[in-house]
Amino acid sequence: MWAYIIRRLLYAIPILVGVNVITFVLFFMVNSPDDMARAHLGGKHITHEAVEAWKAARGYDKPLFYNPDAAGPGPVTETIFFEKSLRLFVLDFGVSDEGRHIGSDIRQRMGPSLAIAIPTFLIGLGMNISVALLILMFRGTRLELGAVIMLVGLMSISSLFYIIVGQYTASVLWHLTPISGYGESLLGSWHFLILPVIIGVIAGVGAGARWYRTIFLEEIHKDYVRTARAKGLSELRVLFRHVLQNAMLPILTGVVVVIPLLFLGSLIMESFFGIPGLGSYTIEAIQAQDFAVVRAMVFLGSVLYIGGLLLTDISYTWVDPRVRLS
Amino acid sequence: MKPVLLWTDGLVFLLLLAMATAVYLSGRNLQMRQQWREVFRSRLGMAAAIIVAAYLGVAVLDSLHFRPALAPTPALTGPAGNSAEIHYSPRVLSVLDLFFGELNDPTEKSYSRPFAAFAFSQESLTGPDGELVRAYPRLAYGGRHLEDPSKHLPADLLLKSLGAVGLGAGTGLAFAVVVAGLGWFFTRGRRTSWRRYMTELWRESSGLSWKTALFTFIGVCVTLAWLYQLSRWYHVFGTDKVGGDVLYHTVKSIRTGVLIGLLTTLVMLPLAITMGVSAGYFGGLIDDIIQYIYTTLNSIPGVLLIAAAVLILQVYMNNHPELFETEAARSDLRLLFLCIILGVTSWTGLCRMLRAETLKLRSLDYVEAARAFGVGNAVLLARHILPNVTHIVLISIALDFSGLVLAEAVLSYVGVGVDPSMPSWGNMINSARLELAREPAVWWPLAAAFVFMFILVLAANLYADVVRDAFDPRAALKK
Repeated sequence: MWAYIIRRLLYAIPILVGVNVITFVLFFMVNSPDDMARAHLGGKHITHEAVEAWKAARGYDKPLFYNPDAAGPGPVTETIFFEKSLRLFVLDFGVSDEGRHIGSDIRQRMGPSLAIAIPTFLIGLGMNISVALLILMFRGTRLELGAVIMLVGLMSISSLFYIIVGQYTASVLWHLTPISGYGESLLGSWHFLILPVIIGVIAGVGAGARWYRTIFLEEIHKDYVRTARAKGLSELRVLFRHVLQNAMLPILTGVVVVIPLLFLGSLIMESFFGIPGLGSYTIEAIQAQDFAVVRAMVFLGSVLYIGGLLLTDISYTWVDPRVRLS
Repeated sequence: MKPVLLWTDGLVFLLLLAMATAVYLSGRNLQMRQQWREVFRSRLGMAAAIIVAAYLGVAVLDSLHFRPALAPTPALTGPAGNSAEIHYSPRVLSVLDLFFGELNDPTEKSYSRPFAAFAFSQESLTGPDGELVRAYPRLAYGGRHLEDPSKHLPADLLLKSLGAVGLGAGTGLAFAVVVAGLGWFFTRGRRTSWRRYMTELWRESSGLSWKTALFTFIGVCVTLAWLYQLSRWYHVFGTDKVGGDVLYHTVKSIRTGVLIGLLTTLVMLPLAITMGVSAGYFGGLIDDIIQYIYTTLNSIPGVLLIAAAVLILQVYMNNHPELFETEAARSDLRLLFLCIILGVTSWTGLCRMLRAETLKLRSLDYVEAARAFGVGNAVLLARHILPNVTHIVLISIALDFSGLVLAEAVLSYVGVGVDPSMPSWGNMINSARLELAREPAVWWPLAAAFVFMFILVLAANLYADVVRDAFDPRAALKK
């Protein structure tokens, strides 16, 4: 088991190097730092000095790969590639183009992101699975057809619609919850979190329940289901206990991989509800064209994704004793 | 008038050509023909296909671009009076714009409600006696033909709607009869009487849902006729902040949404098919490299990769303004790049499925037999592998389309979508969402964008389901 985990972690290194190369090419070779400086400074009349000063202040004035002017290990270390790209591997995110420490920003904003992402994820998971199983109980009836069509309908509505209309009706028309914002601490902000969590769950139920339904449909014709029914178990017990347990493997494949990504929060949800998490951090960075932050988030995102894949494999052994990692 | 071929226009026509070829090829293949019959045997599939086709038709009309000639003026022709040279407007129009007439430009000053004859907010007007009064001014376009809108508007609306519905139903029916007539003439003209042919169609004795097709088609015609007829006298969905017609913007957005859904697939297909099939077929080092590429791309969260790429593109375009002749060419190129970037982030799923399927096919007996007879790799791939993975490609095109249409709206909200000057549902929602907070709320731009998007995505989703049921061999086993 441990040997397997260590080997998987070693596999992750070339992938992270690949991600790093992609971001490096995108951010420093397709556009030179000069282009970035000009985009940032804006306006038509930008002097050469202003561009140089902008680059020097953010450390973009060094050569890309090799710096012949530096002493000691300097030719390799005092380059953009080393300082801006390689340092990401030790999770040293550096300074944003606005001059703030990205690392401490991320630590600070992780909490609110999780506060909204974890409840949405857990409640959504329970909700989607229950809806899918309940629909299965009415197999072959008109109720099933209606429910499936309704799920397709729910799935076809833009997530922006759920957010905009939900926020408008609950906060503006009915004054049930504050429109947006976040309190000082997690406990003090629960009333800010209710609405985004509810909207997140409803917005996900269409696609989610449909996906679980296809998984359960694969199981429903198997022999053990017939046996369980023959034993006289109630349909509720057959579905919620036997089918659910046996469908755990495909469920985990889709679910566990997103758990680490919960850290990144939900981009649009956080930005609509003014929650100071990593999602709104990313959106703000994109809108302010802060390349350093976007670069850091791309790297962090892929680290978390790879962690999720590893977690998925480990969780297989936990739900299915037949699976051995080697 | 000078025709303009934007990059995406060219690709749209290429796509239509590809679709026609695919239809022709699958018509020659017995199994494919039966699977397509299965799709159109389903009422849901037939209705959804016609609605999607209607959207596609609007998008194609909107892809025929041209630049109108400017009337010669002294400023343009110069002092020498060289009037032989024609100057063209910098604005690029499409055939669709011709249907809207005056509505191409904002006709009002600001907001107005759907079917309103008066503006949304009060203004200071000079009354009949010359004194200033606060009142709602009449609109320049909406209900301009009415003498006293407060009295005549409902009756006029009803009358015009009835006329439009009659017109739409009549045109739709006539068109359907002509199409049926052509079908009769070319396939059965000598053997079956016209009367019998029509009865068979009506009773759906071939199994295909022609009756559903007829009703859906007439429904589409009636809707289009109603929207067109009423938009000549009213703002059907009201006007936006600068007084532009909301219906016009929504309909213009159809092209953007449909193109993102289709071109992305067109861009990613060659990549996904070559990579997936060769990874599965050749194995070894090639497989390792391709797996490495898609795992790496997959590990970057999609939105972030798209955001990074679009940001870089934005900077590049701002620094090279000389590359674009017109505003339309600029936003068009951005749309194309967005499709390419979306394609780069979304090909991995299809690639992985194709790899797995090819891996399975490679070891099947008939492939082994062909190889034993000395059939080369190229022929083996073309004759034995590719035809057996087409169903996966088809299903994934159908399933991806609706997701891409929805993604456009979200990306535009994040600020990495299409050019802000390009009409798109995402841009409409983005600019209208704050107006909901006004008192009273301005809801119609949002409603229009969401309704048009919802109908397209719903139809596409239902159609994709039917296609999957018809083409997926696993679904066939379950029946």
